[in-house]
Amino acid sequence: MSLQQLANRLQESFASGFVKAVEWRGDLAVTVTRDRLHEVAQFLHDDPAMDFDYIVHVSSVDWPDDEERFEVVYEFYSIKKHHRIRLKTRVPESDCIADSLTDIWKGADFMEREVYDMMGIRFRHHPDLRRILLPDDYTEGYPLRKDFPLRGRGWRDTFEFLDETAR
Amino acid sequence: MAMEDQRTTVYKIDPAHPESETLPTLRSEELLLNMGPQHPATHGVLKVILELEGERLVKSTPVLGYLHRGVEKLAEDGTYHQFIPHTDRLDYVCAMYNNFAYCRAVEKLMNITVPDRAEYLRTIVAEIQRIIGHQFWLGTQALDIGAMGVFFYCFRDREILMDWFDELCGARLTTSWYRIGGVERDFTPSLIEKLKQFLDYFPPKIDEYVVFLEKNRIWLGRTKGVAIISAEDAVSFGLSGPTLRGSGVDYDLRKAEPYSAYSKCEFSVPLGKNGDTYDRYWIRVQELYESIKIVRQCLEQMQEGPIMADVPSVTLPPKQRVFTNLESMIQQFKLFSQGFDAPPGEIYCGTEAHKGELGFYIVSTGGGKPYRLKIRAPSFIHMGAFDHMSRGYMISDAVTIFGTYDIVMGECDR
Repeated sequence: MSLQQLANRLQESFASGFVKAVEWRGDLAVTVTRDRLHEVAQFLHDDPAMDFDYIVHVSSVDWPDDEERFEVVYEFYSIKKHHRIRLKTRVPESDCIADSLTDIWKGADFMEREVYDMMGIRFRHHPDLRRILLPDDYTEGYPLRKDFPLRGRGWRDTFEFLDETAR
Repeated sequence: MAMEDQRTTVYKIDPAHPESETLPTLRSEELLLNMGPQHPATHGVLKVILELEGERLVKSTPVLGYLHRGVEKLAEDGTYHQFIPHTDRLDYVCAMYNNFAYCRAVEKLMNITVPDRAEYLRTIVAEIQRIIGHQFWLGTQALDIGAMGVFFYCFRDREILMDWFDELCGARLTTSWYRIGGVERDFTPSLIEKLKQFLDYFPPKIDEYVVFLEKNRIWLGRTKGVAIISAEDAVSFGLSGPTLRGSGVDYDLRKAEPYSAYSKCEFSVPLGKNGDTYDRYWIRVQELYESIKIVRQCLEQMQEGPIMADVPSVTLPPKQRVFTNLESMIQQFKLFSQGFDAPPGEIYCGTEAHKGELGFYIVSTGGGKPYRLKIRAPSFIHMGAFDHMSRGYMISDAVTIFGTYDIVMGECDR
């Protein structure tokens, strides 16, 4: 099945939740609405023509100017059919939560925890949603958000005699 | 009963042995043991909280992040070229493969075709790096299990290749030899000569390593039937590389999505049957032979030609020209200070490193810096399966199990 056919098939099956499909540099990226994410993922995993049995990575992108600020990105691969798909969904900052896919791909556990740790997106029904790379008691926020300063926040930032630029 | 704790169980003495009736009732409970982060066998700063019942692992919780340096955040502040040395520090045992995976990802983003000779050079060096990686793995894994001799033999031969790298790019570990669109410099005749000597020298040495282990009862006892993972689970967990192929899943990006010169070489992908530590060991040893085969074929097929794609807006000019030609100097200066203008878009590009699938997901909004760069690190994803794979095994097997992933914390924590 070509990437175009794959995208069409998804669009037919999920007319209401389908936002867009983009094919660029040989990668297919499909955006769906947040409420259909789990359903679409289940379909991708179970449908014999799709057969995406392998989870490649879970990532997230921060778009601070957009209304729905965060983008959660899943990438799947089919070992038997040799095709890839990137599944994306948007979550707003005020309600920063998406459905967890740990019940479909076990590997999503650590990958989603990393997204939570780095970008602060929570996952509903995740079995163990804790910080993973940063310490459990880290309270400075989520470092990969665009409003988090590159040098991090440290003791120096509490020095009131330093102006903004020197910090 | 006074003991409300659910983890507490009371064992009565077996009535079949009346002599034990004189003993008081034994109470047993699970023991929580912190292993690491300072532990010589955890391959870096890895901490695992082990819940034990006797010597059996009931549950293990990896605690990662002791080596977290925020590489993904750093990437957002540098140009594409500036990130290459950072990739050396991910998997610091096998820097070449990280460079390779990253450069391939950027080339996919920029839609650059690398010249033939550069592809062969890249494949040769990548396979040499795979050999180094597997030697390092074999040595340390055997050392963890208690066979010290193998370690010395592996490191003796690894040293030859390290010196070879030194001659190639001036560094042993943090190499940064790959460039976007090609490689930094060509092989010299002396390098090719040394490589050919090594190809003849090495295969009998692999047999030597194997002799140490294949008939060693301790090695067999500690690897056969340990940390078994079924093919279905291995796929579901997203394992890759020899860890996945040990369970018999035929997934190797060099074959599935051939890149560089791999499509022009003949080699086989060894597959395991049982999915245990021994199979993963066997696969890595077989891959040593396959790597030798690939390097040999590349050396034969390689023709003279350019080693860098000629896309002046993206790729670097030859170093010699930078010193003598004004335009080249300006080109180099602009590329390093401002970077090149990447088109808006996003790509994912995976490369079969010796640990597994090392991938880069790059989002660009135009301009010289990546908007978001995500590293798919095989070590990190393998640690996700650690709890599943270690349940029910002995505490001493914990070391074997993270050994079998070939884990490097620099890559795991990023």
